[in-house]
Amino acid sequence: MLDGIWVGLSTAFSFSNLLMVIGGCLIGTFIGMLPGLGPMSIIAIMIPVAISIGDPSAALILLAGVYYGAIFGGSTSSILINAPGVASTVATSFDGYPLARQGKAGKALTVAAIASFAGGSIGAILLMIFAPALASVALLFHSAEYFALMVVGLSAIAAFAGSGQVGKALLMTLVGLMMATVGEGALFNQPRFTMGILDLQSGFGFITLAMAMFALPEALFLVLDPSRSNSGGSSGDIKDLRITKAEAKKIAPVIGRQSIQGFLIGVLPGAGATIASFLGYAVERNIAPKEEQAEFGKGSVKGLAAPESANNAACTGSFVPLLTLGIPGSGTTAILLGALIALNVSPGPRLMIDQPEIFWSVIISMYVGNVILLILNLPLIPYIAKVLAVPRNYLIPFILFFTLMGAYIGQNNATELLMLVGFGVCATLLRFANYPLAPLLIGFILGSMLEDNFSRSMQLYDGISFIMERPMTMGLLALAVILVVLPTIRARRVRKQELEAAESD
Amino acid sequence: MALDRWIALVILAVSLSYGYTAFFLMDAGLPPFMRFNPIWPSTFPKVIAVLAAITSLAILLGFEKKPADSDTDEIDFSRLWDYNIGQAVFLLVLMAGYALLLRPAGFLLSTLLFLVISAALLGERRFVILVPVAAIAAGGVWYLVQQTLGIYLSPLPTFFN
Repeated sequence: MLDGIWVGLSTAFSFSNLLMVIGGCLIGTFIGMLPGLGPMSIIAIMIPVAISIGDPSAALILLAGVYYGAIFGGSTSSILINAPGVASTVATSFDGYPLARQGKAGKALTVAAIASFAGGSIGAILLMIFAPALASVALLFHSAEYFALMVVGLSAIAAFAGSGQVGKALLMTLVGLMMATVGEGALFNQPRFTMGILDLQSGFGFITLAMAMFALPEALFLVLDPSRSNSGGSSGDIKDLRITKAEAKKIAPVIGRQSIQGFLIGVLPGAGATIASFLGYAVERNIAPKEEQAEFGKGSVKGLAAPESANNAACTGSFVPLLTLGIPGSGTTAILLGALIALNVSPGPRLMIDQPEIFWSVIISMYVGNVILLILNLPLIPYIAKVLAVPRNYLIPFILFFTLMGAYIGQNNATELLMLVGFGVCATLLRFANYPLAPLLIGFILGSMLEDNFSRSMQLYDGISFIMERPMTMGLLALAVILVVLPTIRARRVRKQELEAAESD
Repeated sequence: MALDRWIALVILAVSLSYGYTAFFLMDAGLPPFMRFNPIWPSTFPKVIAVLAAITSLAILLGFEKKPADSDTDEIDFSRLWDYNIGQAVFLLVLMAGYALLLRPAGFLLSTLLFLVISAALLGERRFVILVPVAAIAAGGVWYLVQQTLGIYLSPLPTFFN
């Protein structure tokens, strides 16, 4: 293994390959900031460039740089203008955007950069050590377990709901699930709930919905109440770039835990970075002490660090099945698989033996990509955060324009834009009535995966007996129940303690 | 009745009609061979419809206790008319107009118009700065999306093509 690492190091640290990483990171960061262009589409766009390089290692190094850059760029738009362009950065906006509104945009971006760096790096180390062993574990996961894993992901909504909000959060999840059933599913070749509208045949677009739920209501709120745009970093100076020692102490264990958890979830094909980031957020919120729990959703650095490190670690984890089994676990790795095949490399169990220099240079380049990204982005953060200092008269039209562009680029369909406006109005009304919007989007994202895996296991076991027959499914479903019940039990215990304290006085 | 319960009522109506479709209309078109399957296209929607109807009914009837501390950060809906509601509505209309104009008028013109009109609506009067900024933004995004990324965006009005 040490030989392999050495080969990888010497390949990755050649001058031209370092340039590749730097270029890739920059391209990825800047294009990734546009909502609607996530890592998947940017990598797809960069593939022709990468293939024309010819050398598989250099091409992969370039793509790894683009990948990490795009993930960071996506987090930037979530944090600054509440416009998550990719499903896996939705959880980032929960606490990132409130921080930015308090004038701590610089700090939020720094936390995000460091958390993603740590997540990616720890992921790369875990990948190096455990890749061969984990590949066999991933094969143990069948559709029944995936179904259970989605249920765990959905029960994470209990973590988003404050007191008195559980019902609303549940209802929003269900509405999201309903919306996910619109259109033609993968398992049944039958359009459902399209009401005869042809544009609904392929279902609602994710980006349209994400923009309508987060960015558009926020922009409308800024219009409705001009004083909102002046709260916090009013004079345009970005305060608090640095993280204090206390904050570093707070987020260090979060980053450690979520890097490992995110990596393990990322290893499972199909689960990926989205579930990892939501689960990471939910778990951290549930295990946080009571007073810190209240901060979640209002600008907690822990709540920002958790999904960021989980997301990046999961992205690294998704390379395990790709490199060891040749199975792409996510859309992005599927595109990378295509690039690898075009470069005459066939990933699979033999890759480590036949072409060790490629296997190791991919892993090393992930690490290098992370380091370069951190070095490039930390000095850039004050400038990126200046976006918020743009005068309101310009900022609002541009936010609206980018939400429109995001929805349009994804679908190339003008009807999508009308849907965006319609959903945006609905979402604004829901926000007026204090309905949480994140569960709706989570339900929508996980809905089709949930149904597909549920249907597949129903077909395999000819009924719901799979819940009893597969211990891992049972265990995960039990975990889901615990996730829902835990906050209630904890609240009750606190109340009991307060009562006892009052009695003893 | 508070806004959140009105919304619960609307969602209840939606989930009832969704459930009606799932329970009574969808299975009619099912091919005979698929009837032996343990799962039908309507199975999952049926479950969601029932759950959604129950949850929205619970909110409508006010089973859940109101949270003690309401978020002061949010906008008070009952005083909606004190805010810039006119501007917001006009911007939404403008976005819809952009959606309808994008194909016939081309990307460059409709984007330029959208950016200039919406900024002017928000109170920007320095057109000497505004128009060039909007033009550069429209041209820049078009160049990035079309030339660099290769995603087709028709730049000019249809009658020029």
